[in-house]
Amino acid sequence: MTMTVNGNTVSIPNDPRVSLLDFLREHLHLSGTKKGCNQGACGACTVLVDGQRVLSCLTLAVQCSERDITTIEGLSSDGVLHPLQQAFIEHDGFQCGYCTPGQICSAIGMLEEMRRGVPSQLTGDLCAEVVAFDRDEVRERMSGNLCRCGAHNGIVDAIEDVFREAAE
Amino acid sequence: MSMFEKARETAQGVMQTVMKKAVEVAPDSWMPGGVPDPLIAAKHGHIGRPVSRIDGPLKAKGAARFAAEFRLDGMVYAALSYSTIAKGRIADINIAAAQAAPGVVLVMTHCNAPRLNPPPKFLSQNKAAGGDDLPVMQDERIHWNGQPVALVLAETQEEADHAISLIEVAYAAEPAATSLSEAIGKGTETGSFMGEPLHNEIGNADKAFADAAFTVDSVYRSPRHNHNAMEPHAATIVWEGDRLIIHDATQAVAHTAWSMAQIFDLDETDVHVTSPYVGGGFGGKTLWQHQILAAAAARLSGRPVRIALSREGVYRIIGGRSETEQRVALGSDRYGKLTALIHSGITPKSPNSALPEPFIVPTRSAYAVDNMTLDVQVCTLDMMANTFMRAPGEAVGTFALESAMDELAEKLGIDPIELRARNEPDKDPVGGVPFSSRNIVEAYRSGAERFGWDMRNAAPGSRREGEWLIGMGCATATYPYYRMPGAAARITLSDNGRATVDFAAHEMGMGTSTVQTQVTADRLGLPLDKVTVRYGDSTLPGVILAGGSQQTAAIGMAVMSAYNGLVGELLKLAGNDSPLAGLKPDEVVGINGGLAHRNKPERFENYASILTRANRHELVADGTPPMPFELQHWSMHSYGAMFCEIRVNAITGEPRVSRFLGSFDCGKILNPKTAASQFRGGIIMGIGLALTEETQFDERNGRIVNPSLADYHIPVHLDVPEIEIMWTDIPDPHTPMGAHGVGEIGITGTGAAIANAVYNATGKRVRDLPITLDKLFR
Amino acid sequence: MIPFSYARANDAAAALQFFANGAAKYLGGGTNLVDLMRETIERPARLIDVTSLSDSIEETADGGIVIGGAARNTAIAEHRLIRTRFPLLSRAIVAGASPQIRNMATTAGNVLQRTRCAYFYDNDAARCNKREPGQGCDAIEGFNRYHAILGASSACIATHPSDMCVALAALDAVVYLQGTEGKRTVPLSDFHRLPGDRPDIETVMRPGELITAVELPPKPMAVNSTYRKVRDRASYAFALVSVAAAIKIEAGVVGDVRIALGGVAHKPWRAMKAEAALRGQPATDVSFRAAAELELADAKAQAHNAFKVELAKRTIAAVLTDLSGDAA
Repeated sequence: MTMTVNGNTVSIPNDPRVSLLDFLREHLHLSGTKKGCNQGACGACTVLVDGQRVLSCLTLAVQCSERDITTIEGLSSDGVLHPLQQAFIEHDGFQCGYCTPGQICSAIGMLEEMRRGVPSQLTGDLCAEVVAFDRDEVRERMSGNLCRCGAHNGIVDAIEDVFREAAE
Repeated sequence: MSMFEKARETAQGVMQTVMKKAVEVAPDSWMPGGVPDPLIAAKHGHIGRPVSRIDGPLKAKGAARFAAEFRLDGMVYAALSYSTIAKGRIADINIAAAQAAPGVVLVMTHCNAPRLNPPPKFLSQNKAAGGDDLPVMQDERIHWNGQPVALVLAETQEEADHAISLIEVAYAAEPAATSLSEAIGKGTETGSFMGEPLHNEIGNADKAFADAAFTVDSVYRSPRHNHNAMEPHAATIVWEGDRLIIHDATQAVAHTAWSMAQIFDLDETDVHVTSPYVGGGFGGKTLWQHQILAAAAARLSGRPVRIALSREGVYRIIGGRSETEQRVALGSDRYGKLTALIHSGITPKSPNSALPEPFIVPTRSAYAVDNMTLDVQVCTLDMMANTFMRAPGEAVGTFALESAMDELAEKLGIDPIELRARNEPDKDPVGGVPFSSRNIVEAYRSGAERFGWDMRNAAPGSRREGEWLIGMGCATATYPYYRMPGAAARITLSDNGRATVDFAAHEMGMGTSTVQTQVTADRLGLPLDKVTVRYGDSTLPGVILAGGSQQTAAIGMAVMSAYNGLVGELLKLAGNDSPLAGLKPDEVVGINGGLAHRNKPERFENYASILTRANRHELVADGTPPMPFELQHWSMHSYGAMFCEIRVNAITGEPRVSRFLGSFDCGKILNPKTAASQFRGGIIMGIGLALTEETQFDERNGRIVNPSLADYHIPVHLDVPEIEIMWTDIPDPHTPMGAHGVGEIGITGTGAAIANAVYNATGKRVRDLPITLDKLFR
Repeated sequence: MIPFSYARANDAAAALQFFANGAAKYLGGGTNLVDLMRETIERPARLIDVTSLSDSIEETADGGIVIGGAARNTAIAEHRLIRTRFPLLSRAIVAGASPQIRNMATTAGNVLQRTRCAYFYDNDAARCNKREPGQGCDAIEGFNRYHAILGASSACIATHPSDMCVALAALDAVVYLQGTEGKRTVPLSDFHRLPGDRPDIETVMRPGELITAVELPPKPMAVNSTYRKVRDRASYAFALVSVAAAIKIEAGVVGDVRIALGGVAHKPWRAMKAEAALRGQPATDVSFRAAAELELADAKAQAHNAFKVELAKRTIAAVLTDLSGDAA
């Protein structure tokens, strides 16, 4: 059984207890994905599975057979940062940097959800086809990613900077 | 407190007295900073520019390596088992199943752990780093609910976690002190902090209060808090012979190295602690049992060890902020001039913790008042050692004091900003010394204008939009300026014109590496890309704590000292053939990649030229700053005026901060981008303190009930509004670069600003934190 | 986690076949089960991954909808038919957990999620009748701000944490079960149990049974429906109280109404008393408040959650007032 991680095909571990998070960090040495709580309460471990943002700490690696995983390490190529990574630096969207990979992966997954018109808690008219991109929508949709340093304003700035046009 | 500890605290008090005496006879010019740092006046450098974080790309790529991300050959994974009683002893511990479990390399308990000295407790000695000084897995005694009782090493984390779940412990429980009211009943004593008693008396506050025309007198409560840095505590540890190498997540590399050497009977130089990136600290990332246990297990097993605490583990064995019960009684005349100020109360600590929560500290320098009594009484509970958490004392002390000021303002019918202005002191009310730089009135004025304070209706409950009641509140933020002794720095200048500056400091997100690159570049007159800052390693110079918001000052002064030494050497090397010939160190400045005469820029030689002519590839200068006598000579603090707009749902009571502004007076701001983030970060932690955060301590058994990020509510994105930050940017002539600390002040004053806004919105005065909806909708 | 084996089932029959080979747990999105396994509260020797089973969301001939057991929460919330015909379900789902968790969590798993009672979670030190029947309950004398005010027992005061299920309860949803003895259906309102003296038995499921689908019967009145969740944080927190409601008002009179409460009981709490009291009454704030009072008349508060009684009443009334405003 295999999965694809950042374009590379890798074998799934034998021990089914291994979470996708620990598989990435300890087996593949992709330690950009962070472990903040290991219980689905912080979002630091967010990765994209077939383009959807999920929590890798609550996903068993063995469940990812034939899946396509993208981690923070897969967003930049040849040393060129993803525009959102660059925007996080520009807008100071982090301090310690520990929640950052999860925030960035989550935001990328969020953009796809907004394009699809997935509603949120703040959605006024559920029949509307298009999600209006505003800062409170970003806040609500990023609320699964905790940050203790308090970089929230900068994170929203960065996301707005890069995604405002793309989302609408 | 043991006799030994008492003696030590007395000795520390004596040292302080000696320093004070020395200061009294010293002229101003003796004071470090008596001659202002030349960088304060510099206009065209890197200081003051919003330079993006130097480590930004690494962090944005997920490539910054944290403590649990070092990989070592043959490494095994650790897991811990925690006690389930608060006091007593281990009657029996059955490890057979764990030992037989797949992948297990070692099971360590008090029966087989190596003999270790107790950790040196923080503040007990210069380089002590321990959160407490209890023995670590040395006997069957249990001191708190959550104490580690066994450690497993296994080939994988999954195997270690499974094996640890197989350990069975039988306890012989003994009566434990886990109830606050019972502990208070058994007696309290006056707390002490940084070698001084937490007690101050000026005049006769009780009498003045009794005589006052206007009074308020209330009790405020704050619960326990946990730091909850996003990175759980972790360390990767290996022994190379008798050398101990620890890749740690710490805000005290040098302290940790020395302390581990004491614990393991090693030479200090045989312990090497690295901590290049720390995923948040806030006071919690010091030396706790996990590093010690992992190092002991690594020695027993002969294998490198990775220990990464679970989130629950962090709550069980890392201390947090203790709870407080504070009385603030204010007396004033009809114009709002304070005549009496009483701030007193009780806080529990563990028998072996390093501090009682010192909530009166911010009050000492707050207001001009002739009669003041400040007092912290301490009782002891059998609990995890409480510790320093962002603005220990100030965070919760300002909640009480600044709420009370708001209550008094309302009673007097005076605007709360005006009330504070009327009580602005012209010298420190307790110490009697002048303030080094205090522009809080200006911070209020500019903040109020920007925030639209004049839109506030002083009548509570007067503004409503739909279901939402809207209110505004303000409060003063304050945090002391510290510069702890022990800092050092080394500058290495190369003949290619590059400089490397080394110091054993820390980057937990404060922007240390970025700001110090800016400062060093300006001091040497180099572009940013010619300066490399190295930090986070105990083999680098100095003992620099990332605490007390003092790293920037401590490093800044150390670099200044090293720079002075470097210039002296450079002038010697330059010799008589240089345009610099004959100049003294204080006549030159670093500029354009070399040195120049302060007033005659044409007298210039660049560093590469000086070194090349002297046949030197590089020049190394070490600097050790003078003792921080300035702290005895001036009352030194950071200040802020905090403004909050809150919306409280009239039906459900849900409180949501809708707008916040912090107007700060923290000396010269070195990097507007990273400083603003520091201010915001503190404010956001203050929003949590005000509205949602509480570590629940079950008084039946001393166990923390909500050891998870699902149940301990730190603010999420939707809880955080736009937070506007502004500052006076008035440099303090008595500090390096004219700067004050910015790391902790944001959490101070915020709780009161929010509580005061809640009152303005609803007419409900909530005096016990957190201000949850159930306290508002009744 | 204790060691376990893993198998993936491609259809319900295969899942049941795997189960027949020895005790196991079905694994959906894992958002609750994996966490509980890590805490060793759940200790299955075998996991049967059922995320490959039907995740379809299909309209029935009579205008209802059948949602496959493996349908992810996000897929339900964003589905056109759900948004237009059953908006309270969309709103309940997006009020729950976080987007990442909603992308993972399945319908069946959401229905079967277990309580978030902190004492239930403290496997090492706390007594819990849900984990170990007869052990006692440390929540009753402990921190119980989040706990139940309706239908609790002296054995257990835990609440059911789901938001989605509150909407399902209001919608008269039906749970499709399949076991080795065949298929059956159970109304969602009857699916979860009150704790009584066996809080460890949380549903009426039989061993090995599998939730294959949930049906939403046609309910034209649900067009006028919503979900309101009251919590400490603005997002990503469990409910203190939540209300799912749908109402039909004809000439100022309540024609029909559905109300369910979350955060107040061991199960999603269908407010049958309030509904019965409201039918035929004028759609006014006074009626709504009176109905809420009636529903909460039997509420029993613990030391820290007495506020929930009034909070529930206010929230019910506010939601119904909102909905009647829309209808007017």
